[in-house]
Amino acid sequence: MHCPHNRSVVLHDDHDEMSQLPVRTLPQEGAPIVSSSLSSLSSSPRSSAPLHLAVALDGAGWHPAAWREAVARPRDLLTAGYWADLVAEAERGLLDFVTIEDSLGFQSSHLLEPEGRTDQVRGRLDAVLIAARVAPLTRHIGLVPTVVATHTEPFHISKAIATLDYVSAGRAGLRVQVTRHPNEAEHFGRRTFPRFALGDLHGPPARELTAGLLDEAADYVEVVRRLWDSWEDDAEIRDVATGRFIDRDKVHYIDFEGKHFSVKGPSITPRPPQGQPLVSALAHEEATGAPFRLVARSTDVGYVTPRDIGQARAVVAAVRSEQEAAGRAEEPLHLFGDLVVFLDDTPAAAEDRRDRLDALAGNAYTSDARIFTGTPAQLADLLLELREAGLSGFRLRPAVLGHDLPAITRGLVPELQRRGSFRNSYETDTLRGLLGLARPTSRYAATA
Amino acid sequence: MSKQLKQIHLAAHFPGVNNTTVWSAPEAGSHIEFSSFAHFARTAERAKFDFLFLAEGLRLREQGGRIYDLDVVGRPDTFTVLTALAAVTEHLGLTGTINSTFNEPYEVARQFASLDHLSGGRAAWNVVTSWDAFTGENFRRGGFLPQEERYTRAKEFLSTAHELFDSWRGDEVIADQETGVFLRDAQAGAFVHQGDQFDISGQFNVPRSPQGRPVIFQAGASDEGREFAASSADAIFSRYSKLEEGQAFYQDVKGRLARYGRRHDQLLILPAATFVLGDTDAEARELAHEVRSQQVSGATALKYLEHVWNRDLSAYDPDGPLPDVDPVPGENTIALGRASVRQFRDPLAVAKEWRERAEAKNLSIRELVIETTTRQSFIGSPATVAETINEFVQADASDGFILVPHITPGGLDVFADTVVPLLQERGVFRTEYEGTTLRDHLGLDHPDAEAPAGRVAS
Repeated sequence: MHCPHNRSVVLHDDHDEMSQLPVRTLPQEGAPIVSSSLSSLSSSPRSSAPLHLAVALDGAGWHPAAWREAVARPRDLLTAGYWADLVAEAERGLLDFVTIEDSLGFQSSHLLEPEGRTDQVRGRLDAVLIAARVAPLTRHIGLVPTVVATHTEPFHISKAIATLDYVSAGRAGLRVQVTRHPNEAEHFGRRTFPRFALGDLHGPPARELTAGLLDEAADYVEVVRRLWDSWEDDAEIRDVATGRFIDRDKVHYIDFEGKHFSVKGPSITPRPPQGQPLVSALAHEEATGAPFRLVARSTDVGYVTPRDIGQARAVVAAVRSEQEAAGRAEEPLHLFGDLVVFLDDTPAAAEDRRDRLDALAGNAYTSDARIFTGTPAQLADLLLELREAGLSGFRLRPAVLGHDLPAITRGLVPELQRRGSFRNSYETDTLRGLLGLARPTSRYAATA
Repeated sequence: MSKQLKQIHLAAHFPGVNNTTVWSAPEAGSHIEFSSFAHFARTAERAKFDFLFLAEGLRLREQGGRIYDLDVVGRPDTFTVLTALAAVTEHLGLTGTINSTFNEPYEVARQFASLDHLSGGRAAWNVVTSWDAFTGENFRRGGFLPQEERYTRAKEFLSTAHELFDSWRGDEVIADQETGVFLRDAQAGAFVHQGDQFDISGQFNVPRSPQGRPVIFQAGASDEGREFAASSADAIFSRYSKLEEGQAFYQDVKGRLARYGRRHDQLLILPAATFVLGDTDAEARELAHEVRSQQVSGATALKYLEHVWNRDLSAYDPDGPLPDVDPVPGENTIALGRASVRQFRDPLAVAKEWRERAEAKNLSIRELVIETTTRQSFIGSPATVAETINEFVQADASDGFILVPHITPGGLDVFADTVVPLLQERGVFRTEYEGTTLRDHLGLDHPDAEAPAGRVAS
């Protein structure tokens, strides 16, 4: 699946350049966190910075047969209560944030088209709205819904995430995704994508198409971010004497003009509480470099899928190199490792459960991410090992939400806490704060 | 008169981005913090209102080439804030204004179906049309619709959305853990729509929501808008809050229903209405005058006059006489992003009439604007206002009102505390919610997806 990509030369260059930079700490209440952009390639003594943990919520869980488990609630997947319970459990475990999967078409277990199966979860709700629904019910945990950039309006999404930031009092983010599925394009009827044969799915034309969509997504994020900044923080003045509600010199056109769209601005929504809500994206290694480029240019958190520490080092180096090329080497950029997890009290129990679910599904579950089966202590070992490659956190994909999410919050988290590698309480109320990211001033604010 | 008393429907319009909303009063709070929306929604639910209503504006208004700064500016994303409000209320309907020009049916249908699921059946959609290139500058597709095509697109947008909602019957998700059958039918959600505006096909990925479809509102008062409402809407958000014109509108629109095979009670008429309450009618009148002067500052009065004059009047004194120059003829270019400028079809005549009126009554610019622009719909003691509202509804001038307070977020509180109990005493307003969905509150049928979906004229 992944194209071999020799990065060894780049890795050494990066290491040399980075080692000359002063170690920068990020402003944060409590313990300062060493910027992941600088600790990344260090093989020096183990960092004492706590890990960041997120969980990826999707349906009944990431295994296609997850909904068959007794703990699953397959008839509740479209209810507010189901999502409220999941996010409450994640918050109970002091996790940094949850991501919520989404798509503009039916879920599908392969990359081509909806395959007409009736034995897996199909149908879902808009992820931004799920996040909005649980926001008033939670207080600390970050809410990071998936947004699909390919067919949607950056103006709408910018104000939606800004509003999610208001309704959650500073805990909003987004995970940006693209789609080249022809069937999803047909839901909008405004562009058409070629139907690749199975053998051509990873061929050059398909890769070029994806690369183009990812570059478009970078423009999309640029528009979203500019709109968040388009109102300065103190634009609302309510000056009764002059009758002015806003100081219009502090509300700015963004005048974005790109290859795919132009957007005038300003946003209709004032600057959100975090200033810039979190932007994140999942990226795999591709010969075009486009996925890592998107993460490096546009995001605060990138999700990557290394299988072992060697791959993790290579991936981190590749992203850091793109980050430098984008002129963002100085900016904090978290890289989280993505893992599918089956967690049980014994390794055998976890294996058995995976086998049982595979048998129910009719085939062995595969994933773009490494699939971990084992105990919470073993997972803790693995996370702390992978961290040495420069990952500052992990996004765990519970195989069965009803089982593996509580195993994370009640098993893995206490284990990491015992090792001094995870927070014992929420140290702040905003998502940027939890991730050690400062609140930026608007790019349009006068610097006089 | 043996006719049974009609039950009144009441809704709460979150104070808008216009000069009805008074932001300068000490009690005026944030227009963007969620706490304001939550307070407002909880008040409406405490008073057993049918629903909360949000308007739309997708570009900041401009006047004289600059962002208009005298009114409240800024609003949240409609879907996001309504869905969050579903978490702090249990019964209140949640109505969002979403236009059919700068959106796509698949996405809007997903969002309304999601809101309906996440609120347990409380979603409503006020479908508005839009064509201005000014707003289009914020969107991929830009501004492109000729004005005369806006209803064509709106109709097809709505009928397409209905096809998407109806692509699920409601019995497809089985989720039988024993047998492993999740979906009864692999083709659930399949749709094909080929029209002039939209040519789309595939599978809608949100299973049928509690209400089947959101309640549909329509807001246009033109002949085309009335016809659109008669064919396709569940309720009309109208502007007629005076008895005679309300009755005429009511009769006209309800009279169009039969043509579409619809009953009289399948379309509710709900005008927007403002109010000022006092302990006595006299006190309310005094307060109302005070509110009017807060709504129309000298600066606001000059800006309003520019809508007619279509030229920069900033050099004039709002406390002095009307300008002696005439309006600039032709298309109004001074004010962008607001509908109100279109009401002045003949600016020269309007200017002449206003000058004559100001001279006759010795009115300044500001006084004239205060007198000319809409005063509050209901002014009086709680008893007077309750009586007026009830008379209005019983006389078939409306089926209720969408109330627009002028203060955020507490402007509804006094109405909830004083007027609502009087209406309940008269037996014309609910004392408890009887159903769970907005369709229940409004007495509307739940649409049946298995019935032929032929209601929308296309």
